[in-house]
Amino acid sequence: MKILVGIKRVVDYNVRIRILPDGSGVDTDGVKMSINPFDEIALEEALRIKEAGNAEEVVVVSIGSDACQQQLRTGLAMGADRAIQVQVDGPVQPLTAARALLKVVEKEQPGLVILGKQAIDDDNNQTGQMLSALWGRPQATFASKVELAGETATVTREVDSGLEVIEVDLPAVITTDLRLNEPRFVKLPDIMKAKRKPLDTLTMDELGVSAENDIQVGHHAPPPQRQRGIMVEDAQQLVDALKERGLL
Amino acid sequence: MSEAEAPQREVMEYDVVIVGAGPAGLACAIRLKQLKPDLMVAVIEKASEIGAHILSGAVIEPGPLDELLPGWRDNPPPICIPAEKDEFWMLSKTGARKLPTPPQMHNKGNFVVSLGALCGWLAPQAEALEVDIFPGYAASDVAYTDDGAVKGVIIGDMGVDSQGNPKDTYVEGIEIHASVTVLAEGCRGHLSKQLIRKFALDADAQPQTYGIGMKELWRLQPGRAKPGLIQHTIGWPLDSDTYGGSFVYHLDKDRVAVGFVVGLDYADPEFTPFEAFQQFKNHPKMKALLDGGEIVSAGARAIVEGGYQALPKTEMPGALLIGDAAGTLNVPKIKGTHQAMRSGMLAAEHLAEKLAPEGYDQKLRGSEVMSELRKVRNIRPGFYKGLWRGLFTAALETITAGKLPRTLGLHADDKAYGKLGEYEAPDRGWGERELPPRDRLASVYFAATEHDEDQPVHLKILEPDICTTRCTEEYGNPCTRFCPAAVYEMVDDEQGRHLQINSANCVHCKTCDIKDPYQIINWVTPEGGAGPNYQNL
Repeated sequence: MKILVGIKRVVDYNVRIRILPDGSGVDTDGVKMSINPFDEIALEEALRIKEAGNAEEVVVVSIGSDACQQQLRTGLAMGADRAIQVQVDGPVQPLTAARALLKVVEKEQPGLVILGKQAIDDDNNQTGQMLSALWGRPQATFASKVELAGETATVTREVDSGLEVIEVDLPAVITTDLRLNEPRFVKLPDIMKAKRKPLDTLTMDELGVSAENDIQVGHHAPPPQRQRGIMVEDAQQLVDALKERGLL
Repeated sequence: MSEAEAPQREVMEYDVVIVGAGPAGLACAIRLKQLKPDLMVAVIEKASEIGAHILSGAVIEPGPLDELLPGWRDNPPPICIPAEKDEFWMLSKTGARKLPTPPQMHNKGNFVVSLGALCGWLAPQAEALEVDIFPGYAASDVAYTDDGAVKGVIIGDMGVDSQGNPKDTYVEGIEIHASVTVLAEGCRGHLSKQLIRKFALDADAQPQTYGIGMKELWRLQPGRAKPGLIQHTIGWPLDSDTYGGSFVYHLDKDRVAVGFVVGLDYADPEFTPFEAFQQFKNHPKMKALLDGGEIVSAGARAIVEGGYQALPKTEMPGALLIGDAAGTLNVPKIKGTHQAMRSGMLAAEHLAEKLAPEGYDQKLRGSEVMSELRKVRNIRPGFYKGLWRGLFTAALETITAGKLPRTLGLHADDKAYGKLGEYEAPDRGWGERELPPRDRLASVYFAATEHDEDQPVHLKILEPDICTTRCTEEYGNPCTRFCPAAVYEMVDDEQGRHLQINSANCVHCKTCDIKDPYQIINWVTPEGGAGPNYQNL
């Protein structure tokens, strides 16, 4: 079986997000970029499935500008066998991503697609579900445990009421939650090996998918800043201050 | 497990391994491959990304860049603004008086850059020449041959818990062996420190001295930044016995780099360098500039200031020191980048000729790097007698171009403290302040620093008893004040009064390793990739 893993280049989770002064987007100038953490978990799971003997090949795919080749190389260093970049400049919305992934799926014919449940940049949580619908195959989202047996996967899902266990027929789309696994560190010599692994680039034209996004983004704004606090001397002053503001 | 039965670490072999992807290390790597493309060259960097641990002013002299990459001006680094105008100010608590700019601080022909961004721009150029660069891996130890020469570095293990036990994600660090190891760790490199001691490289040198530099990158209200304007101040908020001053470098896109440098030979054990920086920002002149703006990124880094007298021997069996790891920074110019690059390129030229360290030290001492340091060698120690005597010495040394037949001695920073009760702190007139960050913790937030909490503490206290006894009595635990990231805290809980080390806050500035009065803090590398994630500093 072949496993296809989607990875997205996003602003690193340690970075404090800043909106550009003109509200046109998020400042990425000089900002550290990384693999979306949920996608890293997806790749780790695929590698563990392969190492357990349940898959032969792991292919990482990313949709984005040439800069995302850096994240694909990291994926290869972690242990993926091949990488595919779908070349797009500019933001990619979930439906566009799902359409492009569908074409890659049709080309690669994987037995399993594992994606992060959402990307930490726009937090949409849509691409996996959309791909499943477009592909006409089952989905198991928010996975915290995945077990494969023959033509089915048993997936434990993190849902509002606790955990839910479902069984899906393969091929299927699985999206990962935080507790599924802890991704490995890359071994230094594997970075050298990754340089020799194949990384193919496809264009949206070649896939026959429009890079146009369906949703127009108006503008971005940061949440309002918290007002500076005042120090009160005693309980009476606190009560007075609260009353003054109509809070008591 | 004894060492004999420990399994052999995996080894990668190179001709040259360079520790640290700063301007010195990258210039060295690029020059090596330009001169000898067949050499196998690796660069190890502890930051998760190239440039993420780099913090500098920075106004740079472009000479070495012109030499290294002749076409660079057509493809400049992301932040690169020609110097337009220099201003030099003397501050009082509320006033500011313009002074003539000292000759070393004229910047015509220089560029205002982000050194972090510059390194991020140099790295792919090195990679294009087939240098292997490994960000996210810390060189945690030195590997030696049987006869005690340096044979390479040991990469730190990853996935070790706070008690030192391997976690599920444990990965053993490999060894990188090379004919020559080049230490380019920057100021107070932790391997460089070990090697200087082991090979007694500083036997004939004066004690090395340091400063701490703190910096914030601000985005101002539109129209306030004047791209290319370079401002320096001396005076308030420091008293005249404390060496230091500020820099304000105006960038493009309404950005300005604001920083403050304090000599680590200050005597007041109760002094807090971070607070001096914040007081400076709230001076009326600065507040008018910064008010209404926002901080993009912030951090701190120690600066090597000893110069000519303090330069250790820069070669040893199997290894070389370059850049600030050696101590090539020019303090009166407040510039180190051109010197670092030059020493790195010189090392490359030496190694391309013969792949061995012997002879490099002599070449460095005969080079422009050293003659530049010699000329200004008495300026920094001139300030030991206070600001006014210092300015006088500086003027004298400048007029005579350093030709006076005297070399002033240096004193060690950790010995500079006065004792509690004996030292009388001057009234610096510090007041309330309004601009962010509120405190050091709020500032660390802008450094985007990250350390997995479940890893061994990378700040080793060699004799913890001293903290609660002698240090408390004699100096009142100055680590709780000199650290710009509030890593050190004295807490009193069920364990009794003890030192708490918030190592996850550490921004890798190395000040603690330098300024601790008992020299019992040893800074070692945390897990690779940990530490600050500076944005354009």
